[in-house]
Amino acid sequence: MTSRYINIGRVSELARSAIRIIAPILLALVVGGLILVILGKDPIAYYWYVVKRGLLSWTGFQATLVRTAPLLFVAAGLIVAFRAGIWNLGVDGQFLLAAVLVAAVGSPLNTIIPNWAMICICFILAATIGAIWSLIPAYLKANHGVNEIITTLMMTFIGISLANVLIKIPFNDPATTVPQTVTLAVEDRLPRLFDTIIHHGVILGLLSVLFVHFLMTRTSFGLNLQVVGANPKAAVHAGLNVRFLTYVAFGLSAALAGMGGAVEILGVWGTVRADWDPAYGLLVVPLVFLARFHGIGTIAFVLFFAVLMIGGESASRRLGVPTFFVLVLVGLLLMFLAIVEYLDHRWRQRTT
Amino acid sequence: MSELLTETFVTALLFGSVTAGVPLLLAGIGEQISEKSGVLNIGLEGMMLVGAYTGFCAAYYFDSFWLGFLFGGLGGVSVAMLMVLFCVILGLNQIVIGIALTLGADGLTALLHHFQFSRTYPRLSAVEPLVIPVVGDIPYLGEVFFHRHPVVYLAVGLVFFLVWLFKRTYVGLNLQAAGDVPAALDVTGVSVRSTRTWAVLATGFLAGVGGAFLANIGAGIFVPHMIHGAGFIGIVLAMLARGHPTWVLYGAALFGVSLSLTTALQVAGFNIPTDVVQMLPFTMVIVMLILLGRNSYLPAALALPYIRGER
Repeated sequence: MTSRYINIGRVSELARSAIRIIAPILLALVVGGLILVILGKDPIAYYWYVVKRGLLSWTGFQATLVRTAPLLFVAAGLIVAFRAGIWNLGVDGQFLLAAVLVAAVGSPLNTIIPNWAMICICFILAATIGAIWSLIPAYLKANHGVNEIITTLMMTFIGISLANVLIKIPFNDPATTVPQTVTLAVEDRLPRLFDTIIHHGVILGLLSVLFVHFLMTRTSFGLNLQVVGANPKAAVHAGLNVRFLTYVAFGLSAALAGMGGAVEILGVWGTVRADWDPAYGLLVVPLVFLARFHGIGTIAFVLFFAVLMIGGESASRRLGVPTFFVLVLVGLLLMFLAIVEYLDHRWRQRTT
Repeated sequence: MSELLTETFVTALLFGSVTAGVPLLLAGIGEQISEKSGVLNIGLEGMMLVGAYTGFCAAYYFDSFWLGFLFGGLGGVSVAMLMVLFCVILGLNQIVIGIALTLGADGLTALLHHFQFSRTYPRLSAVEPLVIPVVGDIPYLGEVFFHRHPVVYLAVGLVFFLVWLFKRTYVGLNLQAAGDVPAALDVTGVSVRSTRTWAVLATGFLAGVGGAFLANIGAGIFVPHMIHGAGFIGIVLAMLARGHPTWVLYGAALFGVSLSLTTALQVAGFNIPTDVVQMLPFTMVIVMLILLGRNSYLPAALALPYIRGER
């Protein structure tokens, strides 16, 4: 075999992974476009408007980058969980509760300690709250083998209501009419980059995904978690403490989701209002799958999705297509992802 | 405390419990059928949502609750058909597809509702109950249990039909085999694929009827995202019921009470924040899982696609 052949093989391999990634996106956009046509909207105008507002205008692009910050943290949390074979679908509850606690303590803390210390404490607090909120599903999974999909989802429903209770009663800011926590002053939030609205949380988010990618693919700890995920029985035979590793994977995943909540509050809002639930968690799930749990790929997809979200939000105001449409696109994306994966698998079986 | 036990409060609580419990019951036994056959149907929530939407539209435009239930069921079946295509025929990851269907259904129903009704929420007229003679005359209890739309009686009857079906018929045995040892079923000449297909379609129909019940009778209106976790509670019920339809019935009654407590406490004028009460059913799920979780039973081949000749 000469090197020329190997190169051709590599090129076709690359082309195939490119197709595997791009095809589901294109198919989802096309079918989503058909739905828009049925509803009497012009899909090309919609998509063009989304790209224009989310990517091509400078303010829109900044908003897009700011939106990636919480999404990246959530994605990092999901990468840990999924690589360890754990379906942590409760990231929304972990995210929201951490956000509420950060919003509650941020402003009072800022009056007694320096700003940088407040931000550090808030991140640690958020990580802890997130991890605590995953404790029950982790216990049920590790000790009793109860399916974590259900338990984490249930904990999210409880978490959303609990967050509202916390905002309305103990942490309510009496100075406002709408129930919300005390607002952190704009100058005390995460510092911004140069003259933009982009805050440092975006960089932290990028680092968190890269860190998780390194941790899971380049360290023995990550390998152990992956073994547990791939085959728990084999992991027991290999002498791994599966129960402990399950707790760790849950805790790490939820801590990262919680830090996503901190970054959204410290970077953008400064407060949490009652009934605020961005529900980023389930939306990020398909992106992490699309990237096959790969860090760099995840970053690219999160950016793509943030464009869609920010552009979609402007489009809903301007073109009258509600933001629910983005949900439809995500559902379609997941389905086409699965189909393309299947076809690729079949094709591979036939050729080898 | 004495106010809590007044007749109006207890009657409202029980009446609401049945109304809230029936969708859970339908979804729970639906999920049980598909889980028995080896398909973990995370898309149950999506099936209920589409059922609620199509069921509401049919009841609204045709002015008939029966057509509402029929179309609700068919709406659920349409989502189930996607589930069959992806998970039973192509053997794709059931969890990914389930999430996709739930998200997609959530977005699509909200989108369609927006374009159809914009920001108005038309209300259906109150349902005409079928009063069962004799038992319907029992004070209080008669009104709670026997002044109901016939679908309620059918749902409870279905539980006992399923007990018979699972235990006494080949259909039930085939279902169980498809979930536990699909290869054995295949060897006997019964198609695993068609067994699972029918099971998932049945799930879709029942979940859709459950969704339609929730919209048409429970709420009287359709609101986007209105299922709010009822489908996931249905999945928990099926998990805890260990294959017994009657256990789903008891569980649905229990969760029905805790869901109904929200409204009943408000009727009684108690000043408990709604958020606290909304946590109740989900907290109950977690408590039940902690107490009974170690006993939850799931078929051996659950969530595994069956490919002939593969080990």
